[in-house]
Amino acid sequence: MSAVHGANLPRVVIVDDHSLFRAGVRSELGNQVDVVGEADDVEHAIATIASCDPDVVLLDVHLPGGGGQAVVTALRSTHPNVRVLALSASDAPEDVIAVIRAGARGYVTKTISGPDLVDAVHRVAEGEAVFSPRLAGFVLDAFAALPQTEQTEPMFDAELDQLTRREREVLRFIARGFTYKEIARELFISGKTVESHVSSVLRKLQMSTRHQLTRWATERRLT
Amino acid sequence: MQVQSQEAKPRRPWRRADDRRLIAGVAAGIAARTGVDVRFVRTAFVLAALASGFGIAAYVLAWLFLPASGGRGNIINKALNDRQGITFASGLATLLVALLVVASFLGAGWLGSLAWPLVISAAGVVLLLRNAPADEQEILRRLVDPLLGFAGQTSVARTAVRVSVAAVLLGAGLAVLISGHARSALLQPLIGVTLVIIAIVVVLGPWWLRITRDLIMERQARIRAEERADMASRVHDSVLQTLALIQRYAGEPQQVIRLARAQERELRSWLFDGRPPGSLDDTGTTVVAGVRLIQREVEAQHGINVEVVTVGDCELDEDLKALLAAGREATVNAAKWSGVEVVSLFAEVEASQVSLFVRDRGRGFDPQTVPADRRGLAESIHTRMTRRGGSATVISAPGEGTEVHLMMPRAAGVNQPVPA
Repeated sequence: MSAVHGANLPRVVIVDDHSLFRAGVRSELGNQVDVVGEADDVEHAIATIASCDPDVVLLDVHLPGGGGQAVVTALRSTHPNVRVLALSASDAPEDVIAVIRAGARGYVTKTISGPDLVDAVHRVAEGEAVFSPRLAGFVLDAFAALPQTEQTEPMFDAELDQLTRREREVLRFIARGFTYKEIARELFISGKTVESHVSSVLRKLQMSTRHQLTRWATERRLT
Repeated sequence: MQVQSQEAKPRRPWRRADDRRLIAGVAAGIAARTGVDVRFVRTAFVLAALASGFGIAAYVLAWLFLPASGGRGNIINKALNDRQGITFASGLATLLVALLVVASFLGAGWLGSLAWPLVISAAGVVLLLRNAPADEQEILRRLVDPLLGFAGQTSVARTAVRVSVAAVLLGAGLAVLISGHARSALLQPLIGVTLVIIAIVVVLGPWWLRITRDLIMERQARIRAEERADMASRVHDSVLQTLALIQRYAGEPQQVIRLARAQERELRSWLFDGRPPGSLDDTGTTVVAGVRLIQREVEAQHGINVEVVTVGDCELDEDLKALLAAGREATVNAAKWSGVEVVSLFAEVEASQVSLFVRDRGRGFDPQTVPADRRGLAESIHTRMTRRGGSATVISAPGEGTEVHLMMPRAAGVNQPVPA
């Protein structure tokens, strides 16, 4: 939760096709971050990010011209240091999961409060993963989509395709609306450990080639 | 014979009469040269065409060989330099000859009488099309297009072509069939039948295709129109109504926010879950639907924001309905007492149990010193849950918010999660 307000504010580019929303976010972020650019579609976003070289990109998931996913994919090769925080108004998990899997470092809903957004931007800038309750729910859902047939009990460490019991626990707390600090207190672990669990989940989400994730997304789309 | 007539003594030169022409001015030219009435010449051409087909061939040749009045040279001179055209024309002629030979072998020998005029005309027309002056090409094209069929501009022309092609095939087929009786060869009826079928397909095929296409397009248009009407009525029932209410309550921010939130929720569930607005009745069948119902109702009744996260889903049974009822009570409780605007609701369906967490970051309380009415609620939740084998835990501390954790084991036999 601790937002570090150093001399170097994170430099942020806001990418959203609604100018009203961009203006709203800009004013909510206030002077807590340094908004260096805005863009309203995929093409502009890539160009703006290339010229501004921000720390964090606030990226709308549903962006005209290919979606937020396209921006993340383009950035991954050219600007691996630019971190992406996905924003969306939609409840469509497959789109959110797709952006995360493309490389975004976190996801929050557009209804997030100003201070929470500032906090999320700072955390992403510092390299943390930011999971909103909803994303945590999506992830739990995605990994639980298949019954754990092969593994009955917790021996799935080092297994990209499976969350550890601890990770699952942490995600569950996030889904319940707990902050990292509260989770740390609940589980008697340090805040850093919570962060590392979340980062590990993010990595699994991004690295897992598990076709179940894809299938899960497909099924969600179909129903 | 008109070909020979070119070599007649030039009292007046043989010319095609541009100014009085119907097609290429051949008949008018002949009339002018011979003094015979032009109508007579034309009738002769038509009769010759109908009788043997030579009328057409002769006309085409005359068109090629007679120079037009007004000093332009004849077309054949130009055509002789058009190697591609000549190749094409002779190729077409060869093809036609081959077809005719085949036809005569098949016993349709009578086609032979049409053969040579047909070959000559076709080759001549090709040369004319390539070499005649632009205005004459235009005339020719108008005449020939229907015969070439699918290059025709109007559907009437195309239909005419199809019908005539079909008529020829039909005739040929019938002819083969009839002559087949005499010869009693097994192959011939077959060919006849094939030709007849082809004729039918040629005539009716495009028509049938068009009808089918029209039907499909018409149906699609109707579906689109229905969807649009449905969309319009739904938008009216939901969004427009809400907007009207918002205008009325413009002075009361709380009310406006509540309306906007409820509307947002409804739109979301419509756009992303495909659940049309206003269809609450059929939503109470799964855990997720039930949780969403709680969310909608509490948001609408208490003007707070209920954040819902769900993992997994399954059909409701009596136990799970009790769980949801308890969850609803806890949510309402939080809405009433917490003093904050947001309540989090997290439901997780697992193979063995269903958990429901209701959490607020409100004022909280010390469970030891609960006001009597609140304890009553907590106890009623607790009783509901334990009666059915579940559990209810309330964690709270002053200033730290409250969390109610409800857990219900799932009945054996229904532990198959339905796909979300």
